[in-house]
Amino acid sequence: MIKSELVAKISERNPHLYQRDVEHIVNAVLEEVVSALSRGDRVELRGFGAFSVKNRPARIGRNPRTGEKVPVEEKFVPFFKTGKEMRERLNGKGS
Amino acid sequence: MGGKTITRADLAEAVYRRLGLSRTESATMVEMVLDEICNSIVSGESVKLSSFGSFIVRQKGQRIGRNPKTGREVPIPPRRVTVFKPSNIMKKRINDELTGTGSSNSAAEN
Repeated sequence: MIKSELVAKISERNPHLYQRDVEHIVNAVLEEVVSALSRGDRVELRGFGAFSVKNRPARIGRNPRTGEKVPVEEKFVPFFKTGKEMRERLNGKGS
Repeated sequence: MGGKTITRADLAEAVYRRLGLSRTESATMVEMVLDEICNSIVSGESVKLSSFGSFIVRQKGQRIGRNPKTGREVPIPPRRVTVFKPSNIMKKRINDELTGTGSSNSAAEN
């Protein structure tokens, strides 16, 4: 499923809203998640999952072809942990 | 840098501010967005959200795990798991803002 299909599905359930508005809603939700993460905040959505940012400290890496040492800078990567309810539904428990 | 935890209520607030729906309806819509993403994943279909990332469903085979406390071997049954692969846009934005390498704002520090 891609974003436009997600928007279409939600629109079906909300005939009183324009599809364009539903698209804005989806974008607002996703944008809020990204902007929270880029402030270093966590996003915790019970039943769904939690988004967080992990810090990868600077390290000395190696060019695998030449074996040469190269410094790798510190970085921050987004991470998602699946929520309990979703995990259970994926494996046939509950509902 | 942050350390706050954002919840459904904050997402609903964002929808409320940007779209001018009622607060109640904003909360309902947030729930529906999460619900439809979740339904697709549970049905085994991956969800690709451009400029955000993809939720991919993977099938894992059975393997032998170990109870770390007792050291006893236990079989881990085959199962389905969700992995989230962030888009390059998301990765870049988060990394740039948190390392301060992005040319622009370190905005909204509170």
